[in-house]
Amino acid sequence: MSQSRSSAAPAPVTGKVPLVRALPWLLLVLLACVPVTLSPFYVTLLNYIGLYAMVALGLVLLTGVGGLTSFGQGAFVGLGAYTTAVLTTHEALPVWLAWAGGSPWLALIVGLVLTAIVAVVLGSLTLKLSGHYLPLGTIAWGISLYFLFGTMEVLGGHTGLTGIPPISLFGWELDQGGEIFYLIWAFLLVAMLTTRNLLDSREGRAIRALKGGMVMAESMGVDTSRSRMIIFVIAALHAAASGWLYAHMQRFVNPTPFGLHIGIEFLFMAVVGGAGHVWGAVIGAAVITILKQWLQDLLPALFGASGNFEVIVFGVMMVIILQRAPNGIWPILTRWWPDRGVRRTVDAGAAPLPRREMPAAGEVLLQAIDVTRKFGGLVANNKMNLSVAAGEILALIGPNGAGKSTMFNQVSGVDTPTSGEVLFRGQDVAGKTAREVARLGMSRTFQHVRLLPEMSVLENVAIGAHMRGSKSVLPAAWRMDRAEEARLLAEAARQIERVGLAEHMFDAAGSLALGQQRILEIARALCSDPCLLLLDEPAAGLRYREKQILGELLRKLRGEGMAILLVEHDMDFVMGLVDRVVVMEFGEKIAEGLPEEVQKNPAVLEAYLGGVA
Amino acid sequence: MDFEIAMLLGQDGVTNGAIYALLALALVLVFAVTRVIFIPQGEFVAYGALTLAMIEAGRLPGTVWLLLAAGVAVTVLDGTAALRRGGGARLAAVVGWNLLYPLALLALLWTVPTAGWPLAAKVALTLAVVVPLGPMIYRVAYQPVAEAPVLILLIVSVAVHVAMVGLGLLFFGAEGSRTSAFSDASFTVGPMMVSGQSLWVVGTSLALIVALALFFGRTLYGKALRATAINRAGARLMGISPALAGRLTFMLAALIGALSGVLIAPIATIYYDTGFLIGLKGFVAAIIGGLASYPIAALGAILVGLLEAFSSFWASAYKEVIVFTLIIPVLVWRSLTSHHVEEDE
Repeated sequence: MSQSRSSAAPAPVTGKVPLVRALPWLLLVLLACVPVTLSPFYVTLLNYIGLYAMVALGLVLLTGVGGLTSFGQGAFVGLGAYTTAVLTTHEALPVWLAWAGGSPWLALIVGLVLTAIVAVVLGSLTLKLSGHYLPLGTIAWGISLYFLFGTMEVLGGHTGLTGIPPISLFGWELDQGGEIFYLIWAFLLVAMLTTRNLLDSREGRAIRALKGGMVMAESMGVDTSRSRMIIFVIAALHAAASGWLYAHMQRFVNPTPFGLHIGIEFLFMAVVGGAGHVWGAVIGAAVITILKQWLQDLLPALFGASGNFEVIVFGVMMVIILQRAPNGIWPILTRWWPDRGVRRTVDAGAAPLPRREMPAAGEVLLQAIDVTRKFGGLVANNKMNLSVAAGEILALIGPNGAGKSTMFNQVSGVDTPTSGEVLFRGQDVAGKTAREVARLGMSRTFQHVRLLPEMSVLENVAIGAHMRGSKSVLPAAWRMDRAEEARLLAEAARQIERVGLAEHMFDAAGSLALGQQRILEIARALCSDPCLLLLDEPAAGLRYREKQILGELLRKLRGEGMAILLVEHDMDFVMGLVDRVVVMEFGEKIAEGLPEEVQKNPAVLEAYLGGVA
Repeated sequence: MDFEIAMLLGQDGVTNGAIYALLALALVLVFAVTRVIFIPQGEFVAYGALTLAMIEAGRLPGTVWLLLAAGVAVTVLDGTAALRRGGGARLAAVVGWNLLYPLALLALLWTVPTAGWPLAAKVALTLAVVVPLGPMIYRVAYQPVAEAPVLILLIVSVAVHVAMVGLGLLFFGAEGSRTSAFSDASFTVGPMMVSGQSLWVVGTSLALIVALALFFGRTLYGKALRATAINRAGARLMGISPALAGRLTFMLAALIGALSGVLIAPIATIYYDTGFLIGLKGFVAAIIGGLASYPIAALGAILVGLLEAFSSFWASAYKEVIVFTLIIPVLVWRSLTSHHVEEDE
């Protein structure tokens, strides 16, 4: 524990760090030597590993990080390969396409654009639906495209297209395996670098929230369907680029290497290697490719029949890996790795983010007017009225089942009232999505803590600042977002310090105690620069001392002009803290007023104690 | 196209559609109870058809070896657990079902010439070999990860599918097979000829659907499965074991798959890898039903069958493409009607 605490300071320089730092460079030198030292057989094998790793890398992003998956990556590889094959071999291209003919590099661009279009169309069909429709959709797409490759006259049918020219780079023709090797691995390394950069950015945090944090991310203003689309398109583009390289390495294409079974193999590579890690793609591609090579010699001899029997081994191996080591090989390897010492530093001097203009104290921010919510015959909220002003804490209390949480959902954009109005700063927010509501300056915490346990406290809180940044995928991939990123992280760090979690800033959020996790959620909400905070049972599960700290924090925020709506069970906590109380029972408001008044109200006593004591 | 051809294609479509309907029902059932997207459903079709073909040809079907291997795996897994709990009766049951039963079947198939048996007996034998593979595969592949997210279960499914296709090639070879028809009769109904086999397919499918409806509506086990599908945790609290629900569901799925294979084998040549495409068409139907509604899935299956039949007439090369493109409008519609952001399990 003490080790992780010291990480708040700049990375400690230990003796191991230089070696670890040097490793990537060592690897690069080794790679550069491959074509001159190894036999053509191994060069070709490494070429294939590089090509497959690129596709698997897309799946690492899609499956390991984003929690989505695709079995149709083989078809995207085929799209890239066939596009360049057609454009560089057909003599008589139609006039509107003639400009792109002959040059592999132009064909790469056309292939990528085409792939992006297909991916966007496919994605818009399935990505809004629950997770399993995408893989099913990609199976159908993978099969359909495979049949198209095999039947369309212009694509050469099952015999394919031959005579694809080699790629030339500044006049250098890459027509040997040892030459295109450099291009393949350069592509792969760039793809790995940009993927890592992307994951460590504002957009990357939104992507990492897709797996298990979508509801939370949406209420922090993240457009999760956009994030899903982004990773699906990126994965498709990686596959298409791999196909382009493949076509110019093989110099001919036919449908076989782009079928569904190859798409499945790509997924196996990502899972075997470690679907959550950039290096997992390379490890997985290497393991599967080498194993396949070996098994294809061994098994037919063993069984005395020809056929792709290696798939039996792959299938069984996958089941075992998913049962025993669902995170793949890479995390097992890194267990023996010295601590990499890569710690993030927060630039406290970064310019603060612009803030929203805070409303004047006393201005009414949130107003619920006659809000009614019915679930079939059950009236969960009946003509509820309440209002919260800037610089005020309002508590919504009531016994279990009184309809507090339903009311909370009506005002926070999670649910839509059956009738009635919810006004936030004069605007009607009923029917608006959680994301739109967040943009208006309302931010919330969750009754059941929703955070990303693997990510650090800092990164979790930084998700709250998502709406306050704008740098998107490309700047993030090429590290042109660092100035903004520094400001976002500095803001997150400021909020963490403000709520008193500074010593845990770099710990994994999941390692905090429940009370601290609730505080973390408040820091995250504050990070979005709200003027109204909605807190859903923030004191639940907190110890006495933690409640006191939370109370102090809320008082401080109130003093700064924040409006706070609190749903709470804990009477002691509420009574000493809030300005006004609204009491609900059976979906209706039974009392409203100052805490002392409400405590003496006979209706309230009846609701809580079952009669005047 | 004249009326006669249209009627012929229609009959083809309905016959295949009936098979797809059965598969779609199995897929919806498996997904509802276990959250598994059961990609290997189609392999049970191929295994059923080809096992019957091998029994007809008087050869020992390789699937019985798989049954034995899977049985040994289950015996090891469940046997050690039974031993640890010291349940002698439990151990005996485990060994009996998973070890002795496959061995007895193997001995029977090995020693008794079955080629001359009546068709019904051969079909029963086929089912006896193929159906127990369902619960065994559930035990070995799925049960250890039963609580994993849908995505992981899906990848397991694909892995099982891939392994089963590879094994299918090993057991049955690359050659396709057809079995003899249940009935060579044909009837003239008005202007069209109806083949006896089509009637068998449609009739058996309907009978099976009715039987399933009775099973789910009237029996304790059926109700237990329905309860699990509606609320897994709740069913568990009521004493319904999720493992039992899983095995029972997979047994039904395997039964439906193998029976479909047996029914379709006389009208279509089945190869070791044909099952996948047949199963996927069941999926298209199941997706039309949103992986939730049985009647819509069954209607969708008939639609898939008809579309396939008619597109094989007009554009046979693009038959598969057209069928799989059918899910696009379905997905568009589902996509437009869903608004809320939800966490995937």
